[in-house]
This record gives sequence, structure tokens and C-alpha cells, in this order.
Amino acid sequence: MTGSSQPLPRWFDLGVLPVFNLALALLVCGVVVLVIGMDPGQVLALLIKGAFGSRIGVSYTLYYATTFVFTGLAVAVAFHGGLFNIGGEGQAMLGGIGTALVALWLADSWPAWIVLPLMVFAAAAFGMAWAAVPAALQAWRGSHVVITTIMFNFIASALLSWLLLNVLKEPGNMTVESKSFGPGAHVPAAHEVFAAIGIEWPRSPLNACVLLAALAAIVVYLLVWRSRPGYTLRAVGFAPEAARYAGIRPRAQVMFSMALSGALAGLVGINEVAGVHGRLLLDYVVGAGFAGIAVSLIGRNHPVGIVLASLLFGALYQGGSELAFEIQGFSRDMVFTLQGLIVLFSGAMAQVAAPTLARLYFAFAGRRALAHG
Amino acid sequence: MSTAAPAVAMRGIRKRFGAVQANDSVDLTVAAGTVHGIVGENGAGKSTLMSVLYGLIQPEAGTIQIDGTPVQVRHSRDAMRHGVGMVHQHFMLVDTFSALDNIVLGAEPDWRLPVARAAARRRLEALMRDSGLQVRLDLPVEDLPVGERQRLEILKALYRGARILILDEPTAVLTPQETDQLFVTLRQLRARGTTILLITHKLKEIMALTDAVTVMRAGRVVLDCATADTSTDALAQAMVGRRVQLGRADAAAPRPSGAPLLQASGLAWRDSLGVARLADVSLTLRAGEIVGIAGVSGNGQSELLDALSGLLVPDAGTLQIASRTFTVARWLDPATARALAVAHVPEDRHRRGLVLPFAAWESGVLGYHTLPRYGRRGWMQQGAMLADTVQMMERYDVRPRNPQVASGQFSGGNQQKLVLAREAMPQPQVLLVGQPTRGVDIGAIEFIHGRLRAMRDAGGAILVVSSELDEIFALADRVLVMTGGRITGEMPIESCTEAGVGCLMGDATPSGIGPVMPALAAT
Repeated sequence: MTGSSQPLPRWFDLGVLPVFNLALALLVCGVVVLVIGMDPGQVLALLIKGAFGSRIGVSYTLYYATTFVFTGLAVAVAFHGGLFNIGGEGQAMLGGIGTALVALWLADSWPAWIVLPLMVFAAAAFGMAWAAVPAALQAWRGSHVVITTIMFNFIASALLSWLLLNVLKEPGNMTVESKSFGPGAHVPAAHEVFAAIGIEWPRSPLNACVLLAALAAIVVYLLVWRSRPGYTLRAVGFAPEAARYAGIRPRAQVMFSMALSGALAGLVGINEVAGVHGRLLLDYVVGAGFAGIAVSLIGRNHPVGIVLASLLFGALYQGGSELAFEIQGFSRDMVFTLQGLIVLFSGAMAQVAAPTLARLYFAFAGRRALAHG
Repeated sequence: MSTAAPAVAMRGIRKRFGAVQANDSVDLTVAAGTVHGIVGENGAGKSTLMSVLYGLIQPEAGTIQIDGTPVQVRHSRDAMRHGVGMVHQHFMLVDTFSALDNIVLGAEPDWRLPVARAAARRRLEALMRDSGLQVRLDLPVEDLPVGERQRLEILKALYRGARILILDEPTAVLTPQETDQLFVTLRQLRARGTTILLITHKLKEIMALTDAVTVMRAGRVVLDCATADTSTDALAQAMVGRRVQLGRADAAAPRPSGAPLLQASGLAWRDSLGVARLADVSLTLRAGEIVGIAGVSGNGQSELLDALSGLLVPDAGTLQIASRTFTVARWLDPATARALAVAHVPEDRHRRGLVLPFAAWESGVLGYHTLPRYGRRGWMQQGAMLADTVQMMERYDVRPRNPQVASGQFSGGNQQKLVLAREAMPQPQVLLVGQPTRGVDIGAIEFIHGRLRAMRDAGGAILVVSSELDEIFALADRVLVMTGGRITGEMPIESCTEAGVGCLMGDATPSGIGPVMPALAAT
């Protein structure tokens, strides 16, 4: 019965509020840029131009976004199941290992139409298995997934190093990486696909995995909101007691949502290991698992929001590297600062401005209603 | 009392929330040193009016006078300065702090905490002697029983100088004994000149305690009179806007008992602390009867419901439903219970009965979501779910009649009707109902009781657990009394008297919490 509990219209909540938060973040960024003696307008223009101003820029933006969609969806699925999966980083590493093992095993002798699906399957299965252990510990032993998934990130990192150094390292190669995958493991790159249909496109890491990411977003939407497993998953996430009352077994649900989450995070391995490098190396995840938390937060845990937030993050990564390259003295750290501010305003503080905006909205709407009434 | 200025005079209060006119030119006059009841159904605007008085909500129009002086109440701080205190339905206490620290919090008489505590303790001890509000000041709040927490809240308001006390649904969380004790306290407070505003929708309490009463409906005052000049029937009619039939519709002849549909025997269960919550509970539910379980909350009724619906596996006992027998080794589970046509309306609709963020149609299939008509190869048949929910809302008059509204946005009565509609939809043989009308307003109580009787008449076996003795008497054909996890009495409704049942329930009264339900015995 309090005034502030009235629901805002959907378009306001999902449209105006995020745009306002982003604008606020950019404003504060502008002040920071001004303080270090540069022109905010120029920096912003360069950032946007770097991310979207050229075909190569767009390609890189989309390539980064692909990875963020996978990790963002992973966080969102677990969230709807009432779990906080911080293990995207480790699950993505395992996904890469799965991809690489299949590729190294089969890609020299088998054709791509057999090997590639197997690699996707292995990436998902390895990520899933890596998430299943903390999930089982949560379901049967009550060990909190937040803690165990963080620990599993470290174990994954150690496992990856050990595998590369002791098992998969190419003899005679000084860098710590596996040998190149055979032709059967080649994921079609964007420039190749475009060339095939007669469009000239610059070389970039963008590859067919971007379609896989789009597909994953659609599948997650259908699964979580349109399927029975999604219904039970959300019931457990929102109200575990009501779910138990409804005859849903919570343990099975913990396993299900974490397995799905891990599989999504594992798909990062396909994009990075198979799509870009064509071999297994050490640092292909580089924080994408953690960025997924921010992406999911900004995207309100919804696939549409996550795709948009991933594009924003992709643009920040790509535009940011462009900035660091173009402007003297605009270091990589400055770019991280900008990214951090955007996460702060659009993610962590997303609801801070909501009451004020809501009051303004209702004042305006109320006056209009009076004028019409 | 006509010579002195009224303690509270609110004139022409208007407040609108979106499309709802919560308060429409409301006038309220409360004489000093009286207990004034404000009744109305959920959403009638009584809480809004009190929030305006306490400064939580700013009205669009209207004036407030306190003790004859016009005042501006922009914040609850202003209200407190003018001597208005409020005790909310949900207590505003820090569980881990001691009672004393909870009172001192935010009103520390000194920045040195030991000094502040000592000063506060001196004042509080005087206040407790004066008002008869006894609270153990040194215990952490989490260790205090609910009734004592409420006394603490009242004491807190008095400590801050409240002369006008607003109590919002104070008895909703209290046992009958605690309610009696609260009334004794409130009478004492009135005797020392405190003005009390009592928001409730229990009319019996209005009649028992208040001097004057204001009835609100749909944002307006529809009745304002001295309590002595009215009756529960007149109040109920004013609240709902039509004649209300509560209690037994007719003196139904004893009905022939049908076939046993559910038989439990020797149920026993100890909680994790080793306390026996169920001890040797046996009962039989027969077709075409309502069995009422009377008892003070917390005497094993919740555990009994859970055991019978498969949510709790007891330590001992057997359960027979239809032709299946369940033992402790293989107990019933909730899904099997539904498959055996045993439906369950849980006591706590917020935590169990509904998934609050779910749309009504999603909560409308909770527990039945695995039915074949709701799914095809794992995909939800939204159309079927929506259609069924719309039908439930029609049949049980759930408002607003929009299956897309989130379950948490409905009022308590409508939530309860939705849960009941869902559980009645598959026409169960056995219906287990916990607190069918807790926090539900009169119109909905009448409706829900009618539905339960209709299901009984159609041959269902119904178990009703309620802490409201009135409800048991209105519904049950046979009454079981539970105390301390045991069934301490069983009688057909014809031979029940409130005094008799109250006496059996009273066995559970922990020593030292006052007399055994004198209010019930007296009525």
C-alpha cells in the first residue's frame, strides 16, 4: 500500500532506465577524461568509431560479443535457478580443453561436418561436467556454489597449464601451446563466408560461432520461459519451498541449472580455441567468465538484454583497444576505468535512479491524466 | 469527551495510487483517551489513511489536527514529534539486539552506549510499571515470544513519547492467549489516557475493545459510530456493502459418514532439536465430511498437514490413501499425493502456495504443471494453462481477473482464492486446508467457506486446520483438538462448545502466559 510499489510500465523499465544509466555512466566517464586533460567528445567519438566505424571494427566487436553472450547466458540460467555461478571462467577453460582434445584427436583424418559438431558437443559437455561437481556438492552436501565455483576456476586454470605443459605441448615449440588443429577443426571465419558469397570482408577473428551464440540465446529463451524444465527451474529459483510443495525435487534442479549453465560457458571454448587460434593455449578466457556476470547483470538476466549488453561490452573492448592505440597517453588502464564505470552505473547501481525517475514519470503521467480527465 | 479537542481530526484526506482512489475525502475524528477501531476489507484504504497520519504517505488534499492544533506531517519524525506512534503488523526490530537496545536504537539519550542504556533502562522501568507492559529488556529479540515482541514495539512507541498509538492488525500474528493479554494491556493504556487507533478486520475484536468505530469501503468512510450502537452484523454489512452470512448456514442434520478416504495412524515426528512435534496422531477422513483441527498455533498442526501431504516424512506411523498404504520407509511424496487426488492448500500461501513473481497463470498450474494437457514433449502448453487459470479466476471470483498479473500483486484474499481454485480444479477426493482464511477479508471468508462446504457436499473429505475457533465451528462436522503434538479430544460438532474446546486447547498453555482464553469462554 505504499506509493513507491506501483509497477512502472515495461517500456520505461526496460527502455528508458538502461539508456539513462548508460548516459549517466558516459557523463561520469567524460568528467574523468576531462580531469586527465583530454577532450571527452573526441574520446567518445573515437570509441564509437573504433567499435562500429569500420567493417573490421564491427567484426571485432561482434567477435568479443560472441564470447560474452555465452558467459552472460551461463550466469543468467544459473541465476533463474536461484544459483550464482561464478565459475564461468573455469567452465570456459574446460570447454576449450574439450574442444582441443576432440580437434587434436580427429581433425587430421575426419571431415569438418563430423568434427565440428563433435567439438561443440565436447565444449558443452566439458563445461557441464566442470559445473556439475560444485552443483552436486551444493545439492547433497550444502557447500555453497559461490565458493566452490570460484575454487574450481583455480583448479581449471591449473589443469589447463598442466595439460599444456605435460601432455599437449608441441615438441620443439618454445611457447606453451598445442600443435595447430587439423583441417577438420576449422571453423568458417566471417571473411571466408562473405568471400564465398562474393562480398569482400577484412580478416578478423569473427567466425561462425557468432551464429551459435545467437542460437544459444534463442534456445535459452525457449528453454527457460517456454518449456517445462524452465518452469520448474524458475520455480525453484524464486521459491524453493513452493517448488517442493509442487512436487519438484530441488536437488535435481540444482544439477540441471548448473549443468546447463556450465555447458553455455563451455561454448566459449569453441569461439576462442577453435574459431580464432586453431590451437589450445593458456590465456584464451581472459576474464570473459567474470565479464559474463556483469553482462548478465546489465542485461537483467534476459537473453535479449544479454545480447545487447554483450554488444555494449564488445564495443567497449574493441573501441577501447582502438582508443589506447590512437590517443597518446590514453592507456589501457583508462579503458578499464571506463568499462568499470559503465558496469557500476548500468549494472550495480541500475536501480539507484529508478525511484527518482519513477516519481518524475508518475508526476508527469498524473498531470496528463488530470488534463485528460 | 465532547468538551476536549479530539486527539486526531483528519479532514478531506485524498490520495490516489495510479487508477485507485485509495482515500476519497476521508474524515476521521478520534476522541482523546479512547480506543478507536478502523475496519474495512483489504484495499479499503485504512492502511493508507494511517500512513498519512504517520507521515509515510503525503496526501493530495486534506488537513490533520492533533489535539486541536493543525499540523503538517511530512515524515514519521514529524508524527513522532506530535506524539503519534505506530506499531506495524510486521515488527521493525533487530532480531539479534536485546530488547533494550532495540528501544534505544535511533533515540540514544547519550553517545556513550552504557550511559545511554542505563538512562533508558531507568525510564523504561518506570514506564513498564506505569503501563503494565512487561518486557524482558535484556533478552535478544529473537528469543522473545511474538506477544512480547509486540509489547516491545508498543513500549518503544511510548518511550518515544507517543500519546496516540496506531496498531496495524496487531492480532494477526498472536495466539488467542496473547491476544487476550494485548487487550488487557490496551485497556490499561487507555486508562492512563493514551489514544489508540486499532486497524483490524476482526469484528469480534472491535466489539470487545473499542469505544468507537469507523468503517471504510473503497476509500470512503461508510459508517462512523459508537461501538455500543452497532453490532458485528451491521459492521460486516457496512464493510462488504451487502448482507454477509458467516457461521453455520443451517443447523444441518448429522450426516451419514461416508467411506474412509484417508487414514493416518500413529504418526510421530521429532524436529532437529529432538522436540516431539507429532506424537501418536491418528485420524480418519471420510467422504462428505469436514474435519476441523482446533488448537493454538504451533501444536503440531502444520507438521500434521505436511505429513499428510507428503512434505514431511514422519519418524513413525502409517498412512492409507485409497488402496495405497505408506510406511515410513516409503512415505508419500507431494507428486504422488496429487496423483492420488489429495490436494493441499498450504498454510503459507506466500512461501508455498504461490511463486510470487510468477504470473497468475504460472502459479495457477503449480504442482499440476506435469499434467499431460499442460505440456507437449516438454514444451508448456501456455494456451491450456491460461485457459484453465481464467476458468479458475471466474469460478472463484479472483480479482483482477487477469492471468498475466504477477501472483504477488493480488491481495491476500484473492491469492488465497487462486490457490484454493487451483487445488479444487482437479476435483480432489481429499482436500487438506491450512488456515483457509488467514489475512483474508470478510467477503472472501464467506466465499471460501461456501466453496469448502460445496466440496464437502459433493463427497470430498476435507481437513481444515485453523487457529480461528470461529472458523472451525463454522465449517467442521467433526472437531479434533491438538495440543503438544497430540490429539487431545475429538467430538462431533453438535456436542462442541467454545468453552469445552477452549479448555482442551488450553492444555497447551505454557505456564505463565495468563489465563486460558477467557474471551472465548466468555462469548
